[in-house]
Amino acid sequence: MSEFLSANIPKFTSVFTAIAAFFIILGLLFAIAGRANGKKARPLALVILLGPALVLLLAGLVIPGIRTILFSFMNPDSNKIIGLDNYRWMLEDPNIKTIMINTILWILVVPLFTAALGLLLAVMLDRTKHESIPKALLFMPMAISFVGASIIFKFVYEFNEPDQPQIGLLSAIVKFFGMTPSDWMLSKPLNTFLLMIIYVWTQMGFGMVILSAAIKGVPADIVEASALDGAHGWRLFRAITFPMVKGTFIVVLATGVVGALKVFDIVRTMTGGNFSTNVLANEMYSQTFVQFDQGKGSALAVVLFLLVTPILVYNIQSLRKERANK
Amino acid sequence: MSKKLAEHNPGRKIFSSKIATTIVWLITIIWTVPTVGLLVTSFKTDEKILNEAWWDSLLNPDFTFANYKGVFLGDGTESLSAGVLPYFINSIAITLPATIFPIVIATMAAYALAWIRFRGSNFLFFSIFALQIVPLQMSLIPLLLLFTGGAHIGSIPIFPALGIAGEFAGIWLPHTMFALPLAIYLLHNFISNLPRDLMEAAHVDGANHFTIFRRIVLPLSIPGIASIAIFQFLWVWNDLLVALTFASGTEEVAPINNKLASLVGQYGSGYTQLSAGAFITIAIPLIVFFSLQRYFVRGLLAGSVK
Repeated sequence: MSEFLSANIPKFTSVFTAIAAFFIILGLLFAIAGRANGKKARPLALVILLGPALVLLLAGLVIPGIRTILFSFMNPDSNKIIGLDNYRWMLEDPNIKTIMINTILWILVVPLFTAALGLLLAVMLDRTKHESIPKALLFMPMAISFVGASIIFKFVYEFNEPDQPQIGLLSAIVKFFGMTPSDWMLSKPLNTFLLMIIYVWTQMGFGMVILSAAIKGVPADIVEASALDGAHGWRLFRAITFPMVKGTFIVVLATGVVGALKVFDIVRTMTGGNFSTNVLANEMYSQTFVQFDQGKGSALAVVLFLLVTPILVYNIQSLRKERANK
Repeated sequence: MSKKLAEHNPGRKIFSSKIATTIVWLITIIWTVPTVGLLVTSFKTDEKILNEAWWDSLLNPDFTFANYKGVFLGDGTESLSAGVLPYFINSIAITLPATIFPIVIATMAAYALAWIRFRGSNFLFFSIFALQIVPLQMSLIPLLLLFTGGAHIGSIPIFPALGIAGEFAGIWLPHTMFALPLAIYLLHNFISNLPRDLMEAAHVDGANHFTIFRRIVLPLSIPGIASIAIFQFLWVWNDLLVALTFASGTEEVAPINNKLASLVGQYGSGYTQLSAGAFITIAIPLIVFFSLQRYFVRGLLAGSVK
């Protein structure tokens, strides 16, 4: 016990020292810079308020991003330029082909399912009494980490030999319907889809909640008027509801694409990228920190970056429009 | 707000239908069952974990707290040598500063971008907005090199090694950096909508930017800051990639999520403890989520509904 305390109390000390130091330094800076007046006041305020964020962004994202692009043209130890070899390797390696196919499957299937299911539930919730309870329960997995969610589903996908009792829900259901369960994580290509279910399970609540808010924002008189005109169910949805929440639906889709592209934790935890379930983000980690090849790892990161660029451009354009309308 | 709308507009719930209610509840049950399964499994005994399904265990209950005890305090076997408690403490030690630092720095920056006029302010705002989508993977290797070996051009050192790899500071710093773009963007949305008259009146009264920031902007932004802080807290608590890269995986600094991910490969008795450990890990986010749901939803909406 005393050993445990002596090992762990310093952790709290360092946390509180760091937080205290952070606020003391800020307080001092504010007090000193607050005394400046006249022409110097404004630039000084800018430097102190904006400076820390800019330095951290430059040192943490911009410069490392540029260095990663440079590393992608270099050897494993990043001390010799080898041209396009890392990218050529990607085109030629059969494993990368599987990884690319899986990654594309992820960005096609996952966002569509998350957004569609989220929309369906948002519409249904709007017609449900006491919607707050199911809403909270459906939304809950968003607070759970991908590692936690993976472990939850590890028990769902658990498989015992066919003559043994099945303790995994999936195997038990399959057995109930008279079929033979198999070792799910080894059955390709099904395993990749089973991993996708974990992602959809955690992220569906995001789409549901923001689409639900968008549906509530559709003016009630429009809905009433069209209902009086005889629009019900599917027709009402197609003619009124969907067009009005389309913008939000696209936001959900785009968020889903970015998330699915970067998926790492689920694959790492469930299969470690084995059994043909590997994806880009996991391979980037493996090449860099398991194979110690910074060149290939960087090249994979660059590909990841290139794949999100269209969404980046789209987001900037919509922000521009939005600001212009203000 | 949405509830009030529903009550005051009789037309809104005309369509409340039995079919919709049934579908919603059916999906809700499907959605909740896996988590319940984990909870029940975490109370199963060692002998039953691999050969009795959890729904059967519910019918003939034989539950135990042994798994939780084992996970917390260790059971002398190799699987969880000293228990997950040190890692749990690490998670707290990582999450608190990694939530406070970026939120404070981002609030300052958001105020400067929204209310101090300078050339290039718009360009800066767009650049920061764009950065939020750049994958973390683009930063990992150079950042780790910076922490371990400093920065060089050729063989000329331009920045000394920070020497914080494998320490808490080496995890706080990347989390702070990675959180900034989204936090600045969301807080900017919030802070730029504060009433202009208020700011101008304060300036007329002779208040400088620091006073305005502390006395007006901070108090008025608390709701916005709270919802973004919850997100950041959950993000850091649930993170795996940053911790795997910057923490050494040891009892000294690695967070519980890290430990859990490394336990997944183990079977047998490791399995009972895996379920208990997983439940301990997700308990904190779930508590935060259920007690602060309102802020959580507000944070989501701030970021995505235009």
